[in-house]
Amino acid sequence: MIPAAFEYHRPSDIEAALGLLQTHGDEARVLAGGHSLIPMMKLRMAAIEHLIDLRDIAGLRDIRIDGTTIRIGAMVTQADLITHDGLARTAPILREAALQIADPQVRYMGTVGGNVANGDPGNDMPGLMQALDAVFTLAGPDGDRDVAARDFYESAYMTAREDDEILTGIRFDATAGGYAYEKQKRKIGDYATAAAAVLITREGGCVKSASVAMTNLADTPIWSRAAAEALLGSSCDADAIRAATTAALADIDPTEDNRGPVEFKRHVAGIIISRAIARAWSRA
Amino acid sequence: MPKTAIKLNVNGKAEDLLVEPRELLIYVLREKLNLTGPHVGCETSHCGACTVEIDGKSVKSCTMFAVQADGAEITTIEGLSTPDNLHVLQRMFREHHGLQCGYCTPGMIMRAHRLLQENPNPTEEDVRFGIAGNLCRCTGYQNIVKSILAAAAEINAAQEAAE
Repeated sequence: MIPAAFEYHRPSDIEAALGLLQTHGDEARVLAGGHSLIPMMKLRMAAIEHLIDLRDIAGLRDIRIDGTTIRIGAMVTQADLITHDGLARTAPILREAALQIADPQVRYMGTVGGNVANGDPGNDMPGLMQALDAVFTLAGPDGDRDVAARDFYESAYMTAREDDEILTGIRFDATAGGYAYEKQKRKIGDYATAAAAVLITREGGCVKSASVAMTNLADTPIWSRAAAEALLGSSCDADAIRAATTAALADIDPTEDNRGPVEFKRHVAGIIISRAIARAWSRA
Repeated sequence: MPKTAIKLNVNGKAEDLLVEPRELLIYVLREKLNLTGPHVGCETSHCGACTVEIDGKSVKSCTMFAVQADGAEITTIEGLSTPDNLHVLQRMFREHHGLQCGYCTPGMIMRAHRLLQENPNPTEEDVRFGIAGNLCRCTGYQNIVKSILAAAAEINAAQEAAE
């Protein structure tokens, strides 16, 4: 398979990359790891005339941990997340989720920025970013702006990022307490039939705080406030988990596709959400 | 479309090439450099038959443009050994019947090579998880896993003997 011809650009700073986006408008796309974009170009489902490779732009590969604030550059790969000792201590849910993405070769190339910016409901990082209440930084012609992950996703492949902006990094607070990223997939490398990210803190045998988010169960990632509220103050027993799962299921809107009909997806989602809550609690 | 000049270091040899931006690395390796070890399998980033090593990473070379690899060090299966002196992974694949048709083998061995660099003492589960991006339709994987574990044991035994 050979993609349609395009012009390749490899700017060395973000200003030059933004300039190219301004010049070429919607004929241009930025390239990070390329493991979503290049397959689409090969299938000729994406026609791009100007490809702007971000690999030479300094600073986009940094992982910085300042106290409790974690900043991850857009070009950090899934493999980088998995092997980073500081992240394993401060936000271990990242490693747990990244290990469930695609396969080893794809994880060496696939980036956090690409995963969150693409807007594919099947990607795992957007759901995780809902749970973490992460903030995305977008560089644009008028400078940087921040958008909360929970406000970023509008529908499949539609996000708050404007065409002339580049997502340069994400930040979130270090996690405390228990965590779990549970994913059901047909085979290794597949997107989720259903996946859930859960963070829970415990105080005196009760749930002090909780965050519950889901992947590939609607046309955007879903953060369920009601699921978290069902857990707050409870002892996270079977009744509380059942109530939280019921609340989470009320917030999703899966569609039928080759991973199954809606009823099956709701069934799988219920199991995955319950498991994620129970496992996060067991680590809290 | 104008061609772009790139420099690659492939199996220890410097290569100056002119490529179209849309040329995928696998085709440049196979058709411009005559390195036909990396295979074109699924062409959809699933099967791993095109796996090569790029700057210490296992990469599916059907999912990378050659221009992206400008300046990179690349190792293909041809760079691992000579026909008279096979790499231990190749010997173990032969000894333990880690291949039948052989189509997936170059990618499988390049992936296993990197896996053992990063984890010299893998468990069976580590091996299975580590080669999850490489498909084999013949062996059922059992003998591939055996071959990789045997190669790890031999490399470690040789190192201990050397110390």
